[in-house]
Amino acid sequence: MMNTNALALDIKNLSKTYGNDVQALKGIDLKVEKGDFFALLGPNGAGKSTTIGILFSLINKTGGTVDICGVDIDENFSAAKRLIGIVPQEFNFNIFEKVRNIVVTQGGYYGLPRAIAEQRADKYLKKLGLWDKRNDVGRELSGGMKRRLMIARALVHEPELLVLDEPTAGVDIEMRREMWDFLRDLNENGTTIILTTHYLEEAEMLCRNIAIIDQGAIVHHSSMKDLLRQLHTETFVLDSRSILPQTVKFTGFKVLRVDDYTLEVEVDKDQDVNGIFASLSELDVGISSMRNKTNRLEEMFVSLLS
Amino acid sequence: MSHFEMWVAFQTILRKEVRRYMRIWPQTLLPPAITMTLYFVIFGSLIGSRIGSMGGFSYMQFVVPGLIMMAVVTNSYSNIVSSFFGAKYNHSVQELLVSPVPNWIILAGFVIGSVSRGLLIAIIVTGLSLFFADLSVQHLGATMLVVVMTSILFSLFGFINAVFARNFDDISIVPTFILTPLIYLGGVFYSLDLLPEFWANLSKLNPLVYVVNGFRYGVLGVSDVNVGFSLGMITIFTLVTFLYCLHLLNSGTRLRE
Repeated sequence: MMNTNALALDIKNLSKTYGNDVQALKGIDLKVEKGDFFALLGPNGAGKSTTIGILFSLINKTGGTVDICGVDIDENFSAAKRLIGIVPQEFNFNIFEKVRNIVVTQGGYYGLPRAIAEQRADKYLKKLGLWDKRNDVGRELSGGMKRRLMIARALVHEPELLVLDEPTAGVDIEMRREMWDFLRDLNENGTTIILTTHYLEEAEMLCRNIAIIDQGAIVHHSSMKDLLRQLHTETFVLDSRSILPQTVKFTGFKVLRVDDYTLEVEVDKDQDVNGIFASLSELDVGISSMRNKTNRLEEMFVSLLS
Repeated sequence: MSHFEMWVAFQTILRKEVRRYMRIWPQTLLPPAITMTLYFVIFGSLIGSRIGSMGGFSYMQFVVPGLIMMAVVTNSYSNIVSSFFGAKYNHSVQELLVSPVPNWIILAGFVIGSVSRGLLIAIIVTGLSLFFADLSVQHLGATMLVVVMTSILFSLFGFINAVFARNFDDISIVPTFILTPLIYLGGVFYSLDLLPEFWANLSKLNPLVYVVNGFRYGVLGVSDVNVGFSLGMITIFTLVTFLYCLHLLNSGTRLRE
């Protein structure tokens, strides 16, 4: 039994039916503990954005309850809004406004005196590598910078819960890694983070718990480890140093010779990977690298949704 | 939110609004100054000199109060409609909607932002008019009250337009096809006494008649309509429109799903 005081987000029986009778959410339950780094995944149109839109107060729910850090949004939405910071998928700042002003102004909307809002804006712009761009207008920023600006803006009132809707979409690899480090650091310092993303390796790398939503219903809700443990088979890709024999057979494993230098080996979850190396030694094949064919979470994701 | 936090939020919205129209002053402050100067030159000096006196004043003195109110009305309206619709269009209005700012503070911030532009324009146009006419304000209190209330009222009308607008065409339809004809037929350039009885009575259905005459009473001390009635109507319209705007924000009309 989860202690409800320890919950950053407690959604019960949340439903949303749009005017055109499309049922976007079919009474979902979702609990996110304080301090968690939580992944909310699902295909396009699954109901992620509707769920976030309700937290965001841009979509009116049809039924159910939402508590943010113990505050019911129906009873005191104003207090609940103070506890949450949202980074939406679409850029939603005034592109003609200067970067620093965008963050400081958002602080003002939360009632932060200007001096404090400026102090915090400077702090987060520095942390997110936007300090040099503080006097540029929003439209002059690159896509990755715009995303980081939205994170800085969402943090200016220092919320307990941060919801990120595809924060790394369109962000280059280097910048993405920097953002991961920043988010990890933020989470380690006590901010609960809910992340939606289509980059499943990102969710696997960052998040401890996960929910998968599909067609308006939660189809899986567990820890990341438990989910990955359910994976029945994994496929490894092996790169050989020399040309492989025309016929390759490993005892107890399904093997596919992809080309002269590449093998794919399927491993059941109760098999030891050591067996692969034993077979390779028997064939006197040297391996230069070994990797998963697909991301493990991606395999689970696809299998759950199919 | 505490009262202090609400005050901070209000100041923030107001500062943002003022910064917006000051940043684009060639689009917001300069055009009305040029347009009104042309009105003063053409209608006041060139044509006005042939018309003679109206209501006991030179034609230039007669039209100046109406022209000042015309500038206040159009600028108050267009400021809020372009600002709020722009915020809707680029989704930056979400910054406000996700924050804990009460809706009445959001509305007050945008409206007072527009009023500040309306008053700034009034000062600029009044200053320019002094090059063309001798003006001495007869009733300062009434003048200030009418100009502020009118600016609030038309800012609220502009807000409604911005809420319902779906594209940029929608924010120009009302000013072009409704506001401008009402202003021109609202007694800016003529006294209702010059109209046949039927048209004079019909004109009294035009709210701009009360606005223009209320201000003209404040400046010149004359009016075609009862000034107390004018102020009463402006006040009632303002209260009703404010409540309607608040209802639109509370229900999330065209702002929330």
